[in-house]
Amino acid sequence: MTVQEIREKIQAGLPGSEVEIQDPYNDGVHIKAIVKFSGFAGKSIVEQHRMVYATLKDELKAEVHALGLETKV
Amino acid sequence: MDKELQDKIEGLISSKKIFLFMKGTPDAPMCGFSAGVTNVLRSLGADYNSFNVLSDMSVREGIKEFANWPTIPQLYIDGEFIGGHDIVVEMARSGELQKKIGA
Repeated sequence: MTVQEIREKIQAGLPGSEVEIQDPYNDGVHIKAIVKFSGFAGKSIVEQHRMVYATLKDELKAEVHALGLETKV
Repeated sequence: MDKELQDKIEGLISSKKIFLFMKGTPDAPMCGFSAGVTNVLRSLGADYNSFNVLSDMSVREGIKEFANWPTIPQLYIDGEFIGGHDIVVEMARSGELQKKIGA
């Protein structure tokens, strides 16, 4: 799973979102995603993160065990 | 999830006002995100209990389903799921976590 694939997965699940992926160690494991999505409006931060996690359901079970997340409306 | 496991998880969460599911222990965290949350709680002087999910595979998997949250650590206050590492750090920065802990 590449950084590009993670970005595409999130954007496919949250259409219209802006996704920035940071891979500070360049290892594809300790990844941080910054997701800006209008659909987050009115949702709690927990709900916003759940929405992102839902797009990466299978990935989170496997290799991406350390996904940092920052969400913005 | 079977009833026994759910009861066990609920029992843990209700055993203390602030409860943390983590990898490792507060003195010896086994993952960076678990370490991050214990650092935040320590800096706030929070009195909390924790459970090392690495010691129990059923809790490690069950807690993800229980909270509808795919990752560990998970912090609970007054029985309510608060969030994982990023949310805890953000809430501490904004002062919201201090309010919840003090309330």
